[in-house]
Amino acid sequence: MRVDEAEVEGEILAASSKDQALVRLFAQQEREILADWVSTLNLGETKMTSQEAESQGRAVLHALGKAVAHGNHGDMRSAEYADVRDVLQAFSRNRALQGFSPTETATFILSLKRGLLGQIRKAAQSEDAFDLLWRVNQLIDQLGLFTVETYQKTREELIARQSKEIEELSTPVVKLWDGIVALPLIGTLDSGRTQVVMQNLLETIVQTEAEIAIIDITGVPMVDTLTAQHLLKTVSAARLMGADCIISGIRPQIAQTIVQLGVELNVVSKATLADALALALKRTGRVVSKLRAKSLPALQEPAAEARG
Amino acid sequence: MDSIPILKIGSALLVTIQVDMHDQLATRLQDDLTERIVQHRARGVLIDISALEIVDSFIGRMLANIANVSRLLDADTVVVGMRPEVAITLVELGLGLPGVKTALNAERGLALIGGVSAAGEAADDADDD
Amino acid sequence: MPTTTDTLPITSGDDVVRVRQKVRVRATEVGLSLVDQTKLITAASELARNTLDYGKGGHADIETVLGDRRGVRVIFRDRGPGIPDIPQALADGFTSGNGLGHGLGGARRLVDDFDIQSIVGAGTTVTIARWKR
Repeated sequence: MRVDEAEVEGEILAASSKDQALVRLFAQQEREILADWVSTLNLGETKMTSQEAESQGRAVLHALGKAVAHGNHGDMRSAEYADVRDVLQAFSRNRALQGFSPTETATFILSLKRGLLGQIRKAAQSEDAFDLLWRVNQLIDQLGLFTVETYQKTREELIARQSKEIEELSTPVVKLWDGIVALPLIGTLDSGRTQVVMQNLLETIVQTEAEIAIIDITGVPMVDTLTAQHLLKTVSAARLMGADCIISGIRPQIAQTIVQLGVELNVVSKATLADALALALKRTGRVVSKLRAKSLPALQEPAAEARG
Repeated sequence: MDSIPILKIGSALLVTIQVDMHDQLATRLQDDLTERIVQHRARGVLIDISALEIVDSFIGRMLANIANVSRLLDADTVVVGMRPEVAITLVELGLGLPGVKTALNAERGLALIGGVSAAGEAADDADDD
Repeated sequence: MPTTTDTLPITSGDDVVRVRQKVRVRATEVGLSLVDQTKLITAASELARNTLDYGKGGHADIETVLGDRRGVRVIFRDRGPGIPDIPQALADGFTSGNGLGHGLGGARRLVDDFDIQSIVGAGTTVTIARWKR
């Protein structure tokens, strides 16, 4: 990387005149740059309308012009570029949430280079032109990268939010029978979610006057110490309220993990939800008996009655 | 000084706690209950705490005391109606209410008391005197 | 909404009840969930009783905190005999079953922030706080 260091030093020595060229470029030619930018923009590549491109482009150029005037062209993370970051963030977030691709989003920013090319040719002598072009290139690359990063973060936030919603939807408490409810847990249980689920179960026990709650963890791939402790607390709380719990669906790996963790799961455990239900029915004094074939209720409407 | 009313239901006594209990009230309740258990030869004590938003160690000790004394007098103690948030807090606090049975409501609580079923059929008491 | 501070004396069982009620009011204002409120009030009740029973009476400052984080802070102060062995007091649980011990360990589990300062012969100050998630 010696070559780069020399280039940087060379840049610093002749900094002032080149800085001036860049500052002048943005300050004096903003309108022309915008016009060139929009006209050379392939709207198809960015999926923007020309009005959008113009108003967005104006905002970016304006902020960029102000930042460049302060003299710092190397680091867009610095304070002078706050407005630029704001404009780019807003643009990028907007595109991300609407489902545009990262390429479509970044292309808009990177295409600014094409818009500047014409002005650079007019504004500079041939040697300066090369340096000016290089600096502009570096600056806009940074903007492009920043745009993509913001886009990424926005997508990640969106996914996290959706995951949460899915998780919340996937833990309903179901009533299996009078006095028997079941909580089929699905997915991984983190601390926050487990607390919500726990409260939900206890509330439902009160509302349905359940005597037995079956917590089924067939759909839980992994249990760590915290989750096991939360499960235990849920069972204890239910017991304090007067309901008993049965845990069903513990996979062999989870059983081993629990033992290794040294957590004492002081609760009745059954291999399957079906087994747990059978036990719960017995515990609440019920017997399941078999009817004779003739007295079985029909599950389907006869065809004749189906026609209106 | 006010006191908490004690109701007789079959061979059980029902107490409903609705106010913030201070020390004197708690002592008074324990004394009254002890008297009434003996007086009625009660088989069980039902303590309804469904109105309590907070159960701290003070109340916890009171409930455990009642259970201990009652047991010596051959009566079961059942605490009914604990709210979910109270249960969660007690578990976190580490307060286990030893010697105290629990049920969701008074009806279920009655079923837990030895010799009395929810349907109201009292078990035959061989010796009445 | 302005930040509030209430100072309540703790000299009787009724005062303990008042502390609970005030903490409930502030916790509701700040928007704590029902379970978090219950935990905070229960912890406050425990500590208020300690102030009364072991600290020979004292005060509770109940503060609402409104900023980036919203929450309720309660500071219990007494000029009682102090706690000679704080780690042991924190370790004493209710699981020993005899109701002895200050119940501090339990109270600590119920809150987000917990701090205790105590000097034998001078007094004890316990600070607890719960924050809105």
